Amino acid sequence: MKALVFERNLPRFAASRVASVFGSGRGAGIGPLQLLECEPPELPGEGWHHLRPLLSGICGSDLATLDGRSSRYFEDMVSFPFVPGHEVAGILDSGGVDHAGRPLEPGARAVIEPVLGCAPRHIRPLCPQCAGGHTGLCGNVAFGDLAPGLQSGFCADTGGGWSTAGLVAHSSQLHAVPEGFSDEDAVIIEPTACAVHAALSAGIENDDLVAVIGAGTLGLTTVAALHRVVRPATSCTVMVGAKHAHQQKLAATLGADTVVHPDQLARSVRKRAGSLVLAGRLTNGADVVFDCVGTAESLTQALAMVRPRGRVVLVGMPGKVSVDLAPLWHRELTLVGAYAYGTESSADSGTADSGTADAVRPRRSFELAIELVSAAGLGRLVSAAYPLERYDEAIAHAGAAGRRGAVKVVFDLRNPKGSTR
Amino acid sequence: MSPRPGFVLDVDRSTPPTLFWHGERFSLERLPEGSRVIYAPEPIDPLQDPSAAIRAALNYPVGDSDPLPSLLRPGMRLTIAFDDISLPLPPMERPDIRQLVIEQVLDMAAEAGVDDVVLIVALALHRRMTEPELRHAIGDRIYDAFAPAGLLTQHDAEDPDALVHLGLTDEGEDVEINKRAAESDLLVYVNINLVAMDGGHKSVATGLASYKSLRHHHNPLTMQKSRSFMDQHRSELHSANWRMGRLIAAAGVKVFQIETTLNNDTFPEAFRFLQKREWEWKAKDRIGYLAASKALDRTPARYARQIFHSVKAPHRMTSVQAGEVEAVHAITTEHVWEQQGVIVEGQTDILTMGLPYISPYNVNSILNPILVACLGLGYFFNLYRGKPLVREGGVLIMTHPTRWEFNPVHHPSYIDFFEQVLSETTDPVEVADRFEEGFATDPWYIHLYRTGHAYHGVHPFYMWYWCAHALQHLGAVIIVRGDQAAVHRLGFRAASTLADALEMARDVVGPSPSLTHLHAPPLLMADVQ
Repeated sequence: MKALVFERNLPRFAASRVASVFGSGRGAGIGPLQLLECEPPELPGEGWHHLRPLLSGICGSDLATLDGRSSRYFEDMVSFPFVPGHEVAGILDSGGVDHAGRPLEPGARAVIEPVLGCAPRHIRPLCPQCAGGHTGLCGNVAFGDLAPGLQSGFCADTGGGWSTAGLVAHSSQLHAVPEGFSDEDAVIIEPTACAVHAALSAGIENDDLVAVIGAGTLGLTTVAALHRVVRPATSCTVMVGAKHAHQQKLAATLGADTVVHPDQLARSVRKRAGSLVLAGRLTNGADVVFDCVGTAESLTQALAMVRPRGRVVLVGMPGKVSVDLAPLWHRELTLVGAYAYGTESSADSGTADSGTADAVRPRRSFELAIELVSAAGLGRLVSAAYPLERYDEAIAHAGAAGRRGAVKVVFDLRNPKGSTR
Repeated sequence: MSPRPGFVLDVDRSTPPTLFWHGERFSLERLPEGSRVIYAPEPIDPLQDPSAAIRAALNYPVGDSDPLPSLLRPGMRLTIAFDDISLPLPPMERPDIRQLVIEQVLDMAAEAGVDDVVLIVALALHRRMTEPELRHAIGDRIYDAFAPAGLLTQHDAEDPDALVHLGLTDEGEDVEINKRAAESDLLVYVNINLVAMDGGHKSVATGLASYKSLRHHHNPLTMQKSRSFMDQHRSELHSANWRMGRLIAAAGVKVFQIETTLNNDTFPEAFRFLQKREWEWKAKDRIGYLAASKALDRTPARYARQIFHSVKAPHRMTSVQAGEVEAVHAITTEHVWEQQGVIVEGQTDILTMGLPYISPYNVNSILNPILVACLGLGYFFNLYRGKPLVREGGVLIMTHPTRWEFNPVHHPSYIDFFEQVLSETTDPVEVADRFEEGFATDPWYIHLYRTGHAYHGVHPFYMWYWCAHALQHLGAVIIVRGDQAAVHRLGFRAASTLADALEMARDVVGPSPSLTHLHAPPLLMADVQ
């Protein structure tokens, strides 16, 4: 059994960083990631189960880590060596119990909600965030019974999805894959949950103008969440900046009202909002802007196209960026992060397929994501699958996904050869 | 030797390749045997003493008008309006005709003791001119005398305080024009009549009008019913302007119209080969072509554009007439036809044209894709009287790089029009119905039009409407060596060579088609029999 292992190795880390100058993911073959023979990780204690990955996605945060572009902020929340892969659809060969205490039969498929908060760390009492269902905000991700790691896939004790050896998952992390879901549907649930959480935390109000920058996996799933989770209860207009033709087509299919090239997005927002332009910024732009890219350029663009007192939601993981915050101060903008997932208590947290709002019952982001994947057919976003042995190709493909006509690139752990779609 | 009239060449085996414009470049293309090439008449002899001719025109006006000096008196309000940067093309060498005419009008006003004089650039919805452009048009002396005192103004079609509504025509069209011009004791309008459409009542009714007024004739229906708008007897655009002009006169606005015509001596010595017939090229012309084309091929587009926009045409004045609007314009039109008219027998299946770097709306700017369409389908296609050069269902082939490129200062709403409107529909009627009002009333475009150097928000719509007749008439439009994405956004087809374009055209018009090439500029008007 094999796994891709990320080790703390400064020369390799430096080599990867240099190579990434030529493109994200280009340094996978020479960086700190190595394909090694591995045994499955040991169960850390009660409530833990072995999960054998079927598909495991390559996320933007994985690429940032491999490229050495991640913020040093995360250094204390990661333990080495770790096996990456937090977007995981797998099989519980020995069965298990899900997050709600429901038994899962041996051979059942499950996805993990990878945040390693108080529950998997056996920390009692739960911190206020975990107690409130906002596990993504848990402050104990470096404490308790596990090595530091904000998520599975960044923790030395749990393993990760980029492995045929498997990983371990706590009951609180497990969600059963519904009948009828393909493995592709299942593996896209985790990023979809991020998008659902972002869409519902944005405070969108009726008739708002919403702009989405970026149409990779996060951008497209955010569009789907806006259309099928937010919009049934709250009318809004969704405009998307998508660079590549396939992204533009998908964004339109998933519910965007207007899809334009990113260079055109600010102009389209300006026209729609009837705004003037002052100091390169719209005087009356979008009510909410989702930055699904996370670069200095995209954040600057977001701050330029949002209206005064509007809200910019950072969905894509940013690193250390240099951005002029004078307009944020002057125009009283709200800049908020939307990390991972948790419990959605918004009145908008209706069911994605029924289109009805449920103002009463708080729901897990993952529950809503599962419904959204089904309703919007988001499994189609999985564009390519590689065996672990071709990890350098897979990561390079993921790093250039947009240019190469792909959205989500995954590792296929179902057979030794894998497949390339 | 007197200048030769226009000419239609029948291409045979011995015919040398034909020059095609391609934006800031040009190429020589071999046309199929049996094709026709239409050449403009040679430049007619200019007036030997333009100043004397202007003075005579002002003193001996035509139609029901007194001489200008007798219309001037102390204490009166005199307004002099004049054509903007869109005329002539290319801009002419100094002194510009406007300067020559306005200097004499001002001299007469001074002699008569008139001290309330204001100059107005008749922009309609065009961009405001820059100081260098104004100095070029009216000369430094006039500029320095009027501009510092605020007496040189640019018409603002969006300033409600500077407009006056004079009433409705019999067809219910609003006539709203510049207040200062309308309330003056005398409005002198100074025209440069480059083509037959210019001048007449259009000068005031369009040049000094508001959007509220212009929308009545700048729309797809009017353009589709103007066949062509260069032929005043069959132009709905002309009819609408004439209705408005007569209402302006009936409302008591006294207009003293001055119209001037130019010969088509379009290019200076270095580019003289561009206005010669290829089989008459001498060694000097061939060397000039080779040197220019090779140099331009190696020059980045933006530098090539700068080179061409620095070119000043050696146009010379061929006539000047003044007085009552309609009488003046009748004479002017004859002069325009004398210089530009070419009799052409019958229509063609395929019309080819090489589009140059300039149109009325991109002087010192970029000929963006919408202006490319307008230049080809709006202007060159309509250079006819009688019937279009190309038959109904025929194909228009144009050569131009058609880059996806815009000047954001001059054409901000064009960018949005191209991105947001043409991506949805290219049908002029639908474009008008769904999008025009939003662009016309957009406060940002209005701001840029009023305070910067931007064309009005609605202007790209007008450019598209200019194409409406051609779009309705043609079976296909093909652009050779254009940016594919931009060409497709326009709703046209892209070809990499003229041969490919002809092959594509045959799929539309059938095998063995007839082909005619419009060899312009210099400008010509086809009188299609």
